[in-house]
Amino acid sequence: MNFSPIAIALLAPIVGAMLLIFIPKDERRLIRWIAAFSMGIALLLSLAAYFMYDFVKGGFQYTISIPWVKELGITLALGADGLSLPMLLLTNLIGFSAIFASWNIDKRTKEFFILLLLLIAGVMGTFVSLDLFVFFLFYEVVVIPIYIMVIIWGSSKRVTKEYAGMKLTIYLLIGSAFLLVGLVALYLNAYPAGQRTFLMSALAQASFSESFQIYCFALLAFGFGSLLSMFPFHSWSPDGYAGAPTAVSMIHAGVLKKIGGYGLLRIGVLTLPLGAKFWAPVIALLAVGNVAYAGFIALAQKDLKYVVGYSSVSHMGYVLIGLAAMNVIGVNGAVANMFAHGVMSALFFAMIGWVYERTHTRWIPDLGGLGHQMPRVATGMLLAGMAGLGLPGLVSFVPEFTIFIGSFAAYPVLAVLAIAGVVITALYTLRVLANVLFGPRRAEFDDLQDIKGPEMVPLVVLGAVLILAGMFPWYLMDMVNAGVQPIVDTVLAKVSQMTALGGGVK
Amino acid sequence: MNFNLLSTEIATALFGSVLLILSLVTGKDARRGLGHATLAGLLVLLLITFTQYGINSGGFSGTWILDDYAVFMKQVFIIAAILVVFAGKSYVEDFTGNCNEFYVLMVFALLGMMGMASAGDLITLYVSLETMTISFYILVAYNLTSGKSAEAGLKYLILGALSSAVILYGMSLVYGAAGTTLFAKMPPVSVASPVLLLGAVMLVAGFGFKIAAVPFHMWSPDIYEGAPTPVTAFLAVASKAAGFAAMLRVFLGGTPVAPDNWLGIIAVLAAITMIIGNLVAIPQTGIKRMLAYSSIAQAGYILVGLMAADPAGVNGVLFYSMIYAVANVGAFAVVIAVERATGSDEIAVFGGLWQRQPLLASVMTVCLLSLAGIPPMAGFVGKFLLFSAIMDQGIYWPAFIGFVMSMISVYYYLRVALVIWRDEPKDPAPIAVESGMRLAVMAALAVTVVLGVYPAVLSDLSLAAAKSFFGM
Repeated sequence: MNFSPIAIALLAPIVGAMLLIFIPKDERRLIRWIAAFSMGIALLLSLAAYFMYDFVKGGFQYTISIPWVKELGITLALGADGLSLPMLLLTNLIGFSAIFASWNIDKRTKEFFILLLLLIAGVMGTFVSLDLFVFFLFYEVVVIPIYIMVIIWGSSKRVTKEYAGMKLTIYLLIGSAFLLVGLVALYLNAYPAGQRTFLMSALAQASFSESFQIYCFALLAFGFGSLLSMFPFHSWSPDGYAGAPTAVSMIHAGVLKKIGGYGLLRIGVLTLPLGAKFWAPVIALLAVGNVAYAGFIALAQKDLKYVVGYSSVSHMGYVLIGLAAMNVIGVNGAVANMFAHGVMSALFFAMIGWVYERTHTRWIPDLGGLGHQMPRVATGMLLAGMAGLGLPGLVSFVPEFTIFIGSFAAYPVLAVLAIAGVVITALYTLRVLANVLFGPRRAEFDDLQDIKGPEMVPLVVLGAVLILAGMFPWYLMDMVNAGVQPIVDTVLAKVSQMTALGGGVK
Repeated sequence: MNFNLLSTEIATALFGSVLLILSLVTGKDARRGLGHATLAGLLVLLLITFTQYGINSGGFSGTWILDDYAVFMKQVFIIAAILVVFAGKSYVEDFTGNCNEFYVLMVFALLGMMGMASAGDLITLYVSLETMTISFYILVAYNLTSGKSAEAGLKYLILGALSSAVILYGMSLVYGAAGTTLFAKMPPVSVASPVLLLGAVMLVAGFGFKIAAVPFHMWSPDIYEGAPTPVTAFLAVASKAAGFAAMLRVFLGGTPVAPDNWLGIIAVLAAITMIIGNLVAIPQTGIKRMLAYSSIAQAGYILVGLMAADPAGVNGVLFYSMIYAVANVGAFAVVIAVERATGSDEIAVFGGLWQRQPLLASVMTVCLLSLAGIPPMAGFVGKFLLFSAIMDQGIYWPAFIGFVMSMISVYYYLRVALVIWRDEPKDPAPIAVESGMRLAVMAALAVTVVLGVYPAVLSDLSLAAAKSFFGM
């Protein structure tokens, strides 16, 4: 079998978690460093995979394929293309930072890092699996660690952490129940008994009737959409983030959510192009709901985490409208924006985590002038905030711009509405930054320590990506394009071919 | 007369009789020894069943069928019994008075279940069913010092007798209309008469009681709560699986009425069982009652496989029965251990179990997640097999109900996990886990996880068994 960096990157946190089981629970330093080390390996390998990707060859690379359950056609198939590599890299960037963002956790440290590593491995697995069954397996694996982490290490402010954790879990699971029906229907209808397979590439080649596509895509869109916090199935997201510990908020808002967008594109749009075409206008409409509605709610929030929570719901609107445009430019922008938003929201949550750890409050009216005492935290927040409102030179500018171009071609009116949403984003972001970081120096915060040592890692890693990807956007956009172009071409070809035949080719 | 077809049953009957004699001659002092003897005997029985795969023939004028399906089901019962004895040995030794007949009764209940899986006609089925049920009447009331146990026994006796009467009446109607008791010789669909239909409805009601399907489930929470916990585990798992084994024989082995007619009944039963079982489990505060409602819901999932009425559906029923048996006994084993340490079966006493005994906490979490059908536990594969079988026929709604309700079930399963993982223990003393219990829970854990990530080990076997059921 050939060397596959992504397989080893996937194994690294799992091995790390297994190692941790045997470490005595009082060895906190060792536990932290083992976790950091295993994620460091995963990060390096995913960087290597990202930059070693062969653009000329294209398609899925670093593939591994092991037959798993022959009777059902399940294969343990891993691989990555231009769509999965940015997501894989994002997972590891955030995962690595999340370890350091949890550096000061003293309560049940061992269990925390075991669950965190499993969570990261689960997320990573969804992005590199080429088999639908394995994809779903990894996706569901992350749900339970998140629940346990929220109820043990979470915080109860506006809602209790038990409520937040259960809401998060039940929302995602109900969404996944519909998703599961859709996936099983896809599996059963693609090929007759005996030749069935869960391989995504094989499913994408099967032809489905138009009515089935419309029906099945609705199920997938509901499942993936509620994971992506599509309006009106978004209400788990702000509550969940607020209750969760920093690392979980980072991973959840940063990458886990993106599984929704990734799945919608990789499975929904590619396999069911006619269904996607049918539902795209609805999704675009809901996307504007995301941008505007969540944006307005974010304006009214007084809890820092709720602001970022609603802002992430609002940003997902851009991703959705980009996907719904169903042209290369729009989808490129959507995927790149998933990456951009991941880095930005993870950095934001990490910084909020430090503020909360030191001041014990996230209540915006109680905070102020933190730029005086904690300049590093302030820098991080400022960077994240500016990226959030799409400042040129930072990571989000190019993706958002691309989305607007792409979606304007498809839905002029909705695109204009979504672009107007940027004003709301600017309003709430600037308001938060001004109230928390700037203003007169406050005496009660004078004895607060700024972040230092390992605590700096999230700021340095994510902040660097934020700037570098903004300065050299082609590293991101070329990769995304390499993944998106073939998918969208296939889809458009299928759609035009089927409509030419009057639809409903079985 | 091919007595090889009966070899497992003959061995079981002999083994039960030997145990009975042993318990009489050794008296009260041999408490521990008899448990070990039972385990050894059950393991031998399990080995014997492996020699019976591939025989696939009937005998005794068609009243006895030994196909791979029957062998597989028998293994489900035996494995459940082994796990229950491993986990419940110390619990049984705590009984005041004579505890030895406990094992004897378990073995005879097992004999009855085996007969139910192999029955080829109504009479054999009924006799086997009663062998099992009567043993359970005694077992449920076995804890003489507990009023709850006695009450549960009485309730089970009255309601069980009622359901037996319903089944018997149904059987007599079917016999009257069909003129035969053999499943294989039931008349074809075209001559189905109203009498036959009425008989079939009675049979559905009677078996619905045995498998605790809504609306025939009322007995189960009270009896599960009152019975000694090892008995509850055995009742919830093996007796339910036996009910399904017999139900499949009656309704799929030789359909007494038009498939469309009775499929409708099964579909409605499955739907309301999944919904009611899961919803009523939510407010429960006692772990045994919660597990009782959860096992009602589980019966609903398995009914969906019966509704599919094809090899894929039967494969789902078989696979799920095994998975359900192991996960449920695993969960009950933890309940037994905690109950022995704390003297209570409230969910609240599980608080801080993670710190008191990490092994039990992990097993409980994994088993409950498997029951909820969360991957990568085996329960997910089981549900996938059950629901994809019915979806393959173009019927989607049971799968919707099933998947959504199993996600809702996560709510009450996770509440137990929440108490286990979040709360600080009231009494930090570690809970002792003796070797038998350790073996039982570790086996449950291993099977649940391994079959979840690599189901082919079991699904190959269950698929072959399902095909043998249809003579393929």
